[in-house]
Amino acid sequence: MTEVQDPAASDRPDLPRYQRPAGVHPPLDTPSYGSSRLRAPGRPPVLLPHLLTEVTGPLLGAGRVTAADADLTTRHAGEPIGERIIVTGRVLDSDGRPVPDTLIEIWQANAAGRYAHHIDNHPAPLDPNFDGVGRCLTDSLGRYRFVTIKPGAYPWKNHPNAWRPAHIHFSLFGRAFTQRLVTQMYFPGDPLFGQDPIFNSVPDPAARQRMIAGFDLGTTEPEWALGYQWDIVLRGRDATVFESGEDR
Amino acid sequence: MSLPITPSQTVGPYLAIGLPWPDGPYVVPEGTSGAITISGRVLDGAGEPVPDALVETWQADPDGRFDHPDDPRGPAAPANPEFRGFGRCPTDDDGQYRIVTLRPGAVPGPDGRPQAPHLDVSVFARGLLDRVVTRIYLADEAAANAADPVLGSIPDPDRRATLIAAADPADPAGPAEPVGEGMAFRFDIRLQGSGETVFFDV
Ligand SMILES: [Fe+3]
Repeated sequence: MTEVQDPAASDRPDLPRYQRPAGVHPPLDTPSYGSSRLRAPGRPPVLLPHLLTEVTGPLLGAGRVTAADADLTTRHAGEPIGERIIVTGRVLDSDGRPVPDTLIEIWQANAAGRYAHHIDNHPAPLDPNFDGVGRCLTDSLGRYRFVTIKPGAYPWKNHPNAWRPAHIHFSLFGRAFTQRLVTQMYFPGDPLFGQDPIFNSVPDPAARQRMIAGFDLGTTEPEWALGYQWDIVLRGRDATVFESGEDR
Repeated sequence: MSLPITPSQTVGPYLAIGLPWPDGPYVVPEGTSGAITISGRVLDGAGEPVPDALVETWQADPDGRFDHPDDPRGPAAPANPEFRGFGRCPTDDDGQYRIVTLRPGAVPGPDGRPQAPHLDVSVFARGLLDRVVTRIYLADEAAANAADPVLGSIPDPDRRATLIAAADPADPAGPAEPVGEGMAFRFDIRLQGSGETVFFDV
């Protein structure tokens, strides 16, 4: 991974210095992803120094979340249809620090590949016992855990016979505005990876693999649910110390 | 120790089931004394509304402080305990969003020079593989805006102007009669093409 030092960093020695990773996030202009064509900005972005507004961010506390929000299988009258799974892992920053007490929000299709959203017209059944929405806060070690149903693949009209690999959408705040991340978690061995322009929009193959959860027998609960482990790494606060030879 | 980070992916077309909150657009409750509204549309490169975007804002409180441990001045609880600093509003079928907040105070910048009052903005949408980041400045802070180091880093005045929310007496979701001066602002976000908003590499 390449990192660029913030040229304004010397102006504010008392602020954390979030790394500016290059070559990890997908380029906004990815023509194979049709929806990007009229939405990706055409001009290069202007460098924004990391000042006070950027190194702070909303710390959305426990008041927004209940323990029940992390289990997507028990919020309705009956159990949802599908393969029950546990998705768990840690949120870390690239300095290796856990990111505690941070809000994670997820949303996903049901086992048949249909979202509980009025514009989803995939002719697959809705599940009255599954809305596909969850949230939780990481604990003091940055750990999170959801219980849900393995989402189905679903068709979209990006190109002929286009299908999204099964995925769960994840939204994370981290500690600072610079750390805000929305991403997708994929499942190992999905045969649809090769034709998916969203998964393949990430240029570095190694970075792509970091979006795929690992099946884990230790997380799997006997007679009840398969377990997947997925760690999420946000930008670090002082990676420049390690990554650049420059004096602070 | 340096761990490689997790890549970004688009929110896709169905973000509306997972991300909006009932109180998201209200950084302070509607009707709070001194509240301002910032509203506008998110538009694509053809000038068409983007109906599946999410606009998020983050800002200092009216005293220019953040209730956050990494503010070297120390975390400061806002004078109004209902002020959250953070706003989040999905766009409607017409690409419209609306945030109710308090006017941010000036925030120290590099070399001790103040930054003009501003809000940091993230825009997420189907078609955006990563968020785009911009800033909202307020048109009636002309003197502060003229001295702002971030605005000053954009030499083209037409481009700089895309970061300035216009005072707008017509709050689209507010009372039918014009609201008070300096209370309603309009900020359109043009993702691409003519009048493209300045986006930042954060
Ligand atoms: Fe999806």
